[in-house]
Amino acid sequence: MKIRIKYAKTGVLRYIGHLDVMRYFQKALRRAGLDVAYSQGYSPHQLITFAAPLGLGVTSEGEYFDAEMNSVTTSADMVERLNATMAEGMEINDIVALKEGAKTAMAVVAGSDYLVDFREGYVEPERFLQAVDAFYAQEHIEIIKVSKTKETLMDIKPFIYQMEVRDNRIYMLLSTGSVDNIKPELVMEAMCKYLQVEYQKMAFQVHRLETYMRNEQGELVSLLEAGERIS
Amino acid sequence: MEKLALSDEILMEIEKPARYIGNEVNSVMKDKSKIDVRFCMCFPDAYEIGMSHLGIQILYDMFNRMEDVWCERVYSPWPDLDKIMREQKIPLFALESQDPIKEFDFLGITLQYEMCYTNVLQVIDLSQIPLIATERGENDPIVIGGGPCSYNPEPIADFFDLFYIGEGETVYRDLMDAYKQNKQMGGSRKEFLELAAEIEGIYVPQFYNVSYHDDGTIASFEPNNCHAKKKIKKQVVMDFDHAPYPMKPVVPYIKATQDRVTLEIQRGCIRGCRFCQAGAIYRPTREKNVELMKQYALEMIRNTGHEEITLSSLSSSDYTALPELTEFLIEEMGKLKVNIALPSLRIDAFSLDVMKRVQDIKKSSLTFAAEAGTQRLRNVINKGLTEEMIREGAMKAFRGGWTKVKFYFMVGLPTETEEDLMGIPELCEQLAVDYYTIPKEERIGKVSITASSSFFVPKPFTPFQWASMNTEEEFLQKARFVKDGFFQQKNRKSLNYRYHDADLTIMEGIFARGDRKLCPAILQAYQDGCIFDAWHEMFHQEIWDKAFNDHKIDIDFYTHRERSVEEILPWDFIDIGVTKQFFIQEWERAKRGEVTPNCKQQCSGCGAATFKGGVCFENKN
Repeated sequence: MKIRIKYAKTGVLRYIGHLDVMRYFQKALRRAGLDVAYSQGYSPHQLITFAAPLGLGVTSEGEYFDAEMNSVTTSADMVERLNATMAEGMEINDIVALKEGAKTAMAVVAGSDYLVDFREGYVEPERFLQAVDAFYAQEHIEIIKVSKTKETLMDIKPFIYQMEVRDNRIYMLLSTGSVDNIKPELVMEAMCKYLQVEYQKMAFQVHRLETYMRNEQGELVSLLEAGERIS
Repeated sequence: MEKLALSDEILMEIEKPARYIGNEVNSVMKDKSKIDVRFCMCFPDAYEIGMSHLGIQILYDMFNRMEDVWCERVYSPWPDLDKIMREQKIPLFALESQDPIKEFDFLGITLQYEMCYTNVLQVIDLSQIPLIATERGENDPIVIGGGPCSYNPEPIADFFDLFYIGEGETVYRDLMDAYKQNKQMGGSRKEFLELAAEIEGIYVPQFYNVSYHDDGTIASFEPNNCHAKKKIKKQVVMDFDHAPYPMKPVVPYIKATQDRVTLEIQRGCIRGCRFCQAGAIYRPTREKNVELMKQYALEMIRNTGHEEITLSSLSSSDYTALPELTEFLIEEMGKLKVNIALPSLRIDAFSLDVMKRVQDIKKSSLTFAAEAGTQRLRNVINKGLTEEMIREGAMKAFRGGWTKVKFYFMVGLPTETEEDLMGIPELCEQLAVDYYTIPKEERIGKVSITASSSFFVPKPFTPFQWASMNTEEEFLQKARFVKDGFFQQKNRKSLNYRYHDADLTIMEGIFARGDRKLCPAILQAYQDGCIFDAWHEMFHQEIWDKAFNDHKIDIDFYTHRERSVEEILPWDFIDIGVTKQFFIQEWERAKRGEVTPNCKQQCSGCGAATFKGGVCFENKN
């Protein structure tokens, strides 16, 4: 049986990279005594897969990983046992059992939304906040994508599903996944270009709100929708 | 906890910011308003190295069990951060509270290898504490050193207020009490050092005067303060089963060099190899109860979630209950899908069977610590291993399916001849010949025998402490001679020989048997830019050469010179239980090539029985 675990990564843990987060949860699952399934062989490893890697320095309340289980208890019990062994800054929010035949979190990820805040001392937040609507209203938002061999012009507008001001921060819903993976930093870089301000990565503090997949109707819904709570 | 000592800008700029944020699982947070003593424990190397060290985990746990003490950790900032901290004058901080170390009561530094000495200065300096102990003020932390290199603390004596000689589990409580008492009485820093000097095992370097003969050897080593003892007695835990042991070791986020649960099954070693300092300073050998080990294994895996467990001791094969413990671990860890990493065991039927069960033999190799190429030289170093044992063990391994075998040797051992050096390739060749006596249909392809050698450094508190160490040229010449020897063998295609540069070995040799005259040179090398000397790519020979030259340090005086047994050695003021008389006797026996039986075969009267326990008394009830 497969379960999907939703967690938040906040505070100082924003400095723990993706590979280390994976190692962290492998150990956490053991500490919590959850009955995770393992691969065969001399060095068995847990059968877990993560949804969408989070960049270093970014916080999130909408992270996911899937685990193949030999047996489960209830969602509430597993959440509680995991939370009893979490470091400050990691919190398990929900666990669902995936429906038969559900694809892995990594395979279904289609979008994520973010709040972008301003670090003091870099840019004038007002200028950005006032420009959000006009920036988003452009027909094309072009960026230069640099690959190993060439530089190509890319229009990212179709992959910005929503963009607005919320609570003095910039809210954006972006395409995420193995194709058309748009990072919020890229959007801010485009916005800096639009405002003719030099882009500085440290000017913005990014927080991910949720990770989404598409349902049968093609709407973006939470990754939790692929399963049901175990009671 | 949101408080970080470093800004987002810095953390996003440097490599592996997770080294500096603390907050790891099982790290200990306390309310600093409710504790009396703040202790910062330091391993002066990169975080990933320091977090792999068992000793710090033991002491961290021991201190934090004390209600009135909060022990935190710090490691050497990597050069990228080091540079930023200097430029921006950011004081070095402890990981847990992120508070500056200069606000602490103690900075404890473990000294595990000689090449960390400039990192010691880096940590003190970045903490904004004066480098020279006698220049520290009333509000500066007390800087205390411990660990194996404190058995000759003289090359770094100027930088420490105190050294703790021996195992940390014994008198730290007394030291904390003395500190609190002095603070309550409004005593000065000097008064505390005097109180500390009265505690067994505590050495206060500034309370001693050293004078020298014209030839540079020590003329006298005398206390200059009435509180200082003439001899400092090594501290040993004799109730080993009840010694504190961390059931909840700190679990790092980033991959440490050794990322696993470590069970310390035994301290000390019965073998008495004459080159080995650990074998002498940890005497007498003490074992931990096997039932306790089983209980610890389960509890520590549960509390850490580690995917691997290993055993720690100087010679695990000598642990009485090893079969019982490995049986238990294979059974229980198998259920939990926890890997078992076996330390180097003596190769015999038992260990081969165990290894076969815990690892994929196609991928693993077997390791023999042969140490020397001929029986004569193995007898000189008292390595109780015969050629027959090596060949028999290797044949068993070959028949068991292993085709990769590794050998460790030392080059530059006392009395070594060309014949002994040639014995290294010849022994390897013999094993290859042995391998091909196995009928073709029973063999799994070709054999691969890898020999690697290190260069021998004489250490204090060993029978070789008086011996001459080879020069860099001699070392390299010998290694090339051995390498040529390998090319002459018939099965050379199955054989492989590796050796390293000798420059760091020479440095290690200088510091290992150095005296106080080295302090200013080490200080200068640090001030001229040396840190992380143990990392070969960051080692700057030319800066060290200049520092030695400027301070008129004759390298050969410390390394190449054979000492007479009458000479006052810099570390003679330390009493490790094992007597100087015993070392002299062993030095004589070594030169005659005579083997001394191990502690379980027969007591040789080394002196460690003075601690009234361990192997010295086991067979005498």
